[in-house]
Amino acid sequence: MTRLVQRLGWPGTIALAIVVLFVALAILAPWIAPYPAQGAGAPNVIAKLRPPSAEYWLGTDHLGRDILSRIIYGTRVSLTNGVLIVAFSLLIGLPVGLAAGYFGGWIDEALMRGTDVFLAFPALLLAVLMAAALGPGFLNSIIAVAVTWWPWYARLARAEVLVLRGQPYVEAARLAGVSHPRIIIRHILPATGRPLTVQAALDVGPALLTAAALSFLGLGVLPPTADWGQMVDAGRKFFPARWWYSAMPGMTIFIVALAFSVLGDALRERKGGAARASA
Amino acid sequence: MELLRYILRRMILSAFVVVGVTFLVFIVAQVVPSDPAALYAGPRPTAEQIEKARQELNLDAPLPARFATFASAMASGDFGVSYKSRRLIAEDLRAYLPATLELAVFSTGLALLIGIPLGVAAAARQGRWPDRLGSLGSIAAVAMPTFFLAMLLQLVFAQWLGILPLSGRLSREIAISAPLQMVTGFNLIDAIIAGRADVFGNALAHLILPALTLASYPAGVAMRLTRSAMIEILERRHVVAARALGLSEPRILFGHALPNAMGPALTVIGLSFAYALTGAVLVEIIFAWPGLGRYVSEAILAKDFPVIAAVTMVVTICYVVMNLIIDIAQALVDPRVALS
Repeated sequence: MTRLVQRLGWPGTIALAIVVLFVALAILAPWIAPYPAQGAGAPNVIAKLRPPSAEYWLGTDHLGRDILSRIIYGTRVSLTNGVLIVAFSLLIGLPVGLAAGYFGGWIDEALMRGTDVFLAFPALLLAVLMAAALGPGFLNSIIAVAVTWWPWYARLARAEVLVLRGQPYVEAARLAGVSHPRIIIRHILPATGRPLTVQAALDVGPALLTAAALSFLGLGVLPPTADWGQMVDAGRKFFPARWWYSAMPGMTIFIVALAFSVLGDALRERKGGAARASA
Repeated sequence: MELLRYILRRMILSAFVVVGVTFLVFIVAQVVPSDPAALYAGPRPTAEQIEKARQELNLDAPLPARFATFASAMASGDFGVSYKSRRLIAEDLRAYLPATLELAVFSTGLALLIGIPLGVAAAARQGRWPDRLGSLGSIAAVAMPTFFLAMLLQLVFAQWLGILPLSGRLSREIAISAPLQMVTGFNLIDAIIAGRADVFGNALAHLILPALTLASYPAGVAMRLTRSAMIEILERRHVVAARALGLSEPRILFGHALPNAMGPALTVIGLSFAYALTGAVLVEIIFAWPGLGRYVSEAILAKDFPVIAAVTMVVTICYVVMNLIIDIAQALVDPRVALS
């Protein structure tokens, strides 16, 4: 415990605790939520729009569902959103960056000019266009955000490979007659993995925020599945008279994103570097 | 000479990017959606209506031909007709684009106005409370969901304090009884042209909350960049010399250090403008701001793809042009940029 605090500092440690707490909430939702059935979407019309009370800690929504339970269930969607967006982006960005950096020449030029096109869009707008074309839904919204996200990883991977390509051990492998795909997968990929995984872990927070924005626009998961962004939007009709409906999930998004960002800063300071100019 | 070559290369690259953007928008808006003809034909179309729509939209033509048609239409500013309202999209854009740009420009100005003085204060009192408070604020600004901040500001300033309007761009009384003659489409400028102080004040009051929402994140960035640039410059010799000569602290900060720390300002202008264009989708819905963001969010719900494509194109081109201008300005201010 003390070693952890030494490494991350107090803010970083608290942020890590919050992240761990939310991961636990996501996994244990059915056992922790006070009203699991309502968390999963069952209406409870006898208690519509109740303010926070001993019975319903964070109040109830327009169908009488306990907002605390909804938020706990929503953790599942939000965290998987964040993780999957980053994973999908790596899946596209990493091969593109590796190929561009390793082969260089016209392959590099073509691939990087392609990524420039994706970076030319204001990110949320491209995600909105994509999500609208694919239709709302859990997986579609993730794909839509990943489409705007991967170029960053392509750039990062390319920069790493450019350094590694000239390393003696890579040249030795090539002289020994090792094939290109094998060099990339066995010798270069493991070495780029580390800085990229750090960056990817830090990006879960921003990814989760973007996903929340999409679901606020009605392009995320479909009801009755609980989702924070969607809850803020649904509560807007009753805002500000029934402020808790929007405010509770909104605060939750803020706290989780803040925890990821503080944790990221703490890790970055410790590592020194691995920073990315985000736009 | 180097500078000229750099500018030329940036312009050619931007032109290339615009072609790529057009292609991507074409693919996403016209090829990915399952059946544009059914959407175009309206609610519950018959088989013949869909067939007619297919021909009208030229959906049976090969893809390259369809792209050529799409690109030349975009280039000539013909964005087609909205599926939903059957209005010309170009006309709608003319009404909505100025509203979004006014918001973007105003929020960019606000971000600089808030962020730079805070950055100077933080650098002058390094490690003390203005510094800590500022860095706390800028971390919070990054993590705050735009749409939630917008609602909080509405709650505090419109609902509780009642000092600023809840939403809209002008009060209804003004819009109905004495509408403003549209010249530039920027209400503030049009009010000055018309010489109407009441409208100017009203438009300004409506601008503040949405602009503040959009300015919070870039203001945080402006603060951090100004702070680190100032700290570096405060240690330089000319500042030390100014101190030794006994110049007053404000004079040193604002007269000698700040002008040299203005490099980040250009970066922030670009970033803030981009953020405002993107955030417009969320903020305009909440503040009922009649701009492109609200226009496109209504189009999303109606699956009105020509509108979504047109807005994406126009906003992205604004964004590309803005980035080009910033890059060129940066190279002019600091010629080392062109050489790297």
